[in-house]
Amino acid sequence: MQPAATALQIRGLTKEYVPGKPVLSGIDLEFAPRGITAVIGPSGTGKSTLIRCINRLVEPTSGEVMFEGRDLVKLKRGELRAARRRIGMVFQEYNLVERLSVMENLLCGRLGYVSPFKAWLRRYPQRDIERAFDLLETVGLAAYAHARADSLSGGQRQRVGIARAMMQEPRLLLADEPTSSLDPKTSVEIMALMQTLSGMHAFPVIINIHNVELARRFADRVVGMTGGRVVFDGSPDAITEEHLKTIYGGEDWLE
Amino acid sequence: MAARTGSNNAAFVANWAARMAWLVFAGYFLYAASHLELTPARFLSGLDHAGKFLARLFPPDFHRWELLAKGMLESLQIAVLASTLGVLIAAPLALFAARNLMPAWATWPARAAMVLCRSFHPVIVAILFVKAVGFGALAGILALTVASVGFLGKLMTEAIEEISLKQVEAVRATGAPFISLVTYAVVPQVFSRFVGFVSYETDANLRNSTMVGIVGAGGIGGTLFAAFQRFDYDFVCAIVLTIIALIVMGEVLTMRIKKAFRV
Repeated sequence: MQPAATALQIRGLTKEYVPGKPVLSGIDLEFAPRGITAVIGPSGTGKSTLIRCINRLVEPTSGEVMFEGRDLVKLKRGELRAARRRIGMVFQEYNLVERLSVMENLLCGRLGYVSPFKAWLRRYPQRDIERAFDLLETVGLAAYAHARADSLSGGQRQRVGIARAMMQEPRLLLADEPTSSLDPKTSVEIMALMQTLSGMHAFPVIINIHNVELARRFADRVVGMTGGRVVFDGSPDAITEEHLKTIYGGEDWLE
Repeated sequence: MAARTGSNNAAFVANWAARMAWLVFAGYFLYAASHLELTPARFLSGLDHAGKFLARLFPPDFHRWELLAKGMLESLQIAVLASTLGVLIAAPLALFAARNLMPAWATWPARAAMVLCRSFHPVIVAILFVKAVGFGALAGILALTVASVGFLGKLMTEAIEEISLKQVEAVRATGAPFISLVTYAVVPQVFSRFVGFVSYETDANLRNSTMVGIVGAGGIGGTLFAAFQRFDYDFVCAIVLTIIALIVMGEVLTMRIKKAFRV
């Protein structure tokens, strides 16, 4: 693969919460400038850790994360904040600031660009506010701008979570099990929304997901992990039952 | 069914340590009561004196209302100023003391400062400040500020340590600077509880501000103490009634404030 065609490159990424017990052992992955990559694997296999090592919500023990020509692992605090502004993140439990309004939650996505004082006074550039209203329109929550985040349903909250990430105008979108707290129908709607957004804007999307069917349906590429290692990497159609047995272990559950 | 025998089958286990503790406590209570003459006879002779005192309290004498009003207003000002200064110091201090947001080198000094502020009763702190900065309201304000910092700081620290870190994580992931992280992810989660703490502390300061005057730190307390010493019990009664009215008004006011902030 040409270097120019790679938006994110992970090399030898290792994370040990307890010394000598790696959760991730030497992950090597490359991501193209667009398309959805689903990361599947059993609970506790390091999927969340992998995603959090990219934007360093979790500090990697060793390895490289090359993004926009720089190794994120080596960045100092200020540089890291600047890099995080370009990386949107969507969470399993939405992680909205519950007592703030939907609009305020969206504008959280601009906090990296607005001075703390102006942010405190809610003096955002008009462009940011217009973008927020546009995004609310896109995710179907135009009527909820002033509602408090904790008054929304799960599906609505995740839409706000996605809109908040999109406010950052991200060059990379990370999603940590975005559908695990949602019902099946809402899960499909949320995945479809992310597919639409990633199609509209050119950036790679990395989604941790438990649901193999959703991964097959919406992802352009599937990465299977088990025991902190990548054991499958290919197109969704190429996954066989044999692969799933390797990834999740056992076979009784497949019947 | 076979009869159960032996201590192994007892439904309840006797806690001999607890029984001993109760016994020791009862013994100490009786010893302390006899040592300090807590006897019915002593109590009855005291009641007799109290009756005479109560009779001299009434009717209350409001003739010197200007002196009364001056002292009360000073107490109110001491309470409001000390509460405000207390909040301004305690809130940032609590942020530094919160173990979930700050490293150990920040939390320990902040916690030590709060413990120091809480270790003495406000009256003792007031005596210290009267010696340090002289008689008057300034000593009272400083003493109650110290008390407020200690009390509010502890409560606020605990509130910050109980917030949801998921919300903090999400805001951190956007690349927000630390101050924005605090104003957007921490403050919304603790604000309503802070309003509750501050209204409670203002209430306490209102009561304490009527007392620090006894040691010369300004407010109605000085007037009250002087009236006692001159046996002007009817004026004492007027002061006490006014203090009660002030506390009740403070209660109503804090309720209104809580409602305004939708706590």
